[in-house]
Amino acid sequence: MIRDITIGQYYPAKSVIHRMDPRTKLFGTLIFIISVFLFHSVAGYAVATLFLAGMITISQVPVKFIFKGLKAIFMILLITMVFNILLTPGEVLWKIGIFTITKEGISMAVRMAIRLIYLVIGSSLMTLTTTPNQLTDGLEKSLRPLNKIHVPVHEIAMMMSIALRFIPILLEETDKIMKAQIARGADFESGNLIQKVKNMVPLLVPLFISAFRRANDLAMAMEARCYHGGDDRTQMKPLHYAKRDHIAYLVLFAYLAVAIGFRVMGW
Amino acid sequence: MGIIKAVKLAFDYLKYDEDGNVQETQRAVDGVDIDIKEGQFVAILGHNGSGKSTFAKHINALLLPSDGTIWIDGINTSEEPELWKVRQKAGMVFQNPDNQIIGTVVEEDVGFGPENMGVPTEDIWKRVNESLEKTGMTAYRHHSPNKLSGGQKQRVAIAGVMAMRPKCIVLDEPTAMLDPNGRKEVLAAVHQLNKQENVTVVLITHYMEEVIDADHVIVMDGGHVVMEGTPREIFSQVETLKKYRLDVPQVTLLAHELKQSGVDIPDGILTTEELVNALCQ
Repeated sequence: MIRDITIGQYYPAKSVIHRMDPRTKLFGTLIFIISVFLFHSVAGYAVATLFLAGMITISQVPVKFIFKGLKAIFMILLITMVFNILLTPGEVLWKIGIFTITKEGISMAVRMAIRLIYLVIGSSLMTLTTTPNQLTDGLEKSLRPLNKIHVPVHEIAMMMSIALRFIPILLEETDKIMKAQIARGADFESGNLIQKVKNMVPLLVPLFISAFRRANDLAMAMEARCYHGGDDRTQMKPLHYAKRDHIAYLVLFAYLAVAIGFRVMGW
Repeated sequence: MGIIKAVKLAFDYLKYDEDGNVQETQRAVDGVDIDIKEGQFVAILGHNGSGKSTFAKHINALLLPSDGTIWIDGINTSEEPELWKVRQKAGMVFQNPDNQIIGTVVEEDVGFGPENMGVPTEDIWKRVNESLEKTGMTAYRHHSPNKLSGGQKQRVAIAGVMAMRPKCIVLDEPTAMLDPNGRKEVLAAVHQLNKQENVTVVLITHYMEEVIDADHVIVMDGGHVVMEGTPREIFSQVETLKKYRLDVPQVTLLAHELKQSGVDIPDGILTTEELVNALCQ
């Protein structure tokens, strides 16, 4: 299941969105998330859908990759919907035992579902078109003012990019250890929840040991390649706003204006 | 004085108890004198725990000597306050290809070293292009390292070191986790760098076949340098090598056994052709 999360999985292509400055994309994602919460009518969601569909088309990322991320939130989605349907008071449609299904509940559930799905698709689109390094570079540069209040921005950004780099490696490792333990008779499937958690111990202990060993190796490799913190460091791909970024900002502000407009008008 | 010079180099691994007091010391490298000339291809052989990796980490100033001195291109590592200046001169490639690649895209990883050194952006690109070219990895520059084979990952690691333009590369068992093809690939890249760029190479290994083409071989055991010489000189002493729990290349072993049983052939045969020629005479 963990494998299906698309966050941190870059899809290489040469679209305008891929070449855009990561700061623009971070800002764009933020605007999109805000807009999803501003819209609350069919017309509004239609605008958001159009915007998202347009972005996906421009990004040249196959739709298959984008929807992969949704599998992981399927359970959350289901739970949210069920709770919303059953627990929202309002005009009663059906009544089965203690459960009442209301008109408001259904509309609320649908709205929440759309919001959740769009949130995941929107942020997946950003991570699919931005390499994790670019993303952390973007965050580092956007958050640089925090350096003044002694937030170690460079260090945090470096940690994030390393974490992202090692996610697939550690997943592979988990798989390997799991198979090795199953081959020796470990059981990860049966039993109740507590037993299942207990059964995870022979998986987690070797995984942690190996992660620490990797961390040690990596720290040494980084030192060997002259890493000595963020001071005096230059960048191979420094961030520059290009014309496409200025255009993107215009589009984003226009989109935000539409979203606010819809909200104000009460559509 | 050569590019790497060690005099009476010694290193202790310290074991601490819970209060942070030294509980016991273990001498991993003991009284090593080594002098490596610029442009040489030097192989260091040794059984597990012979101190070869510990010595290698001194070249890169990842470890500092407990006793004795090591100079890298004239810099005494114990007296240099900014160690990354030493590391710039002597790059290091490690055993596990996964644990030394920092970037998520090949070219970004190659650029990591120059970025740390504060090289201006245009220069970084020039260096990255050059080192990818030299290691034959240009075609993979936009790939994710996770999708490369072990040999390719090691070549990326070598490219990453080359981008720092070091005078010397230390490779600590770079082929130990690779299949035979990957091993050949990596060695070919290293030999090419040594010949074309005149980079000093220190190759640490326990595969005897990788040592044959070296200019100079150093054998370590128990933290000491026990043998030193050309590959031919080293491999003609099959019995001594066995004492240090090292194997000789298969061809050499065969020649040695033949000689023991009375066939008239010279000592120190390293390749199949040599053996064929010697036997046909």
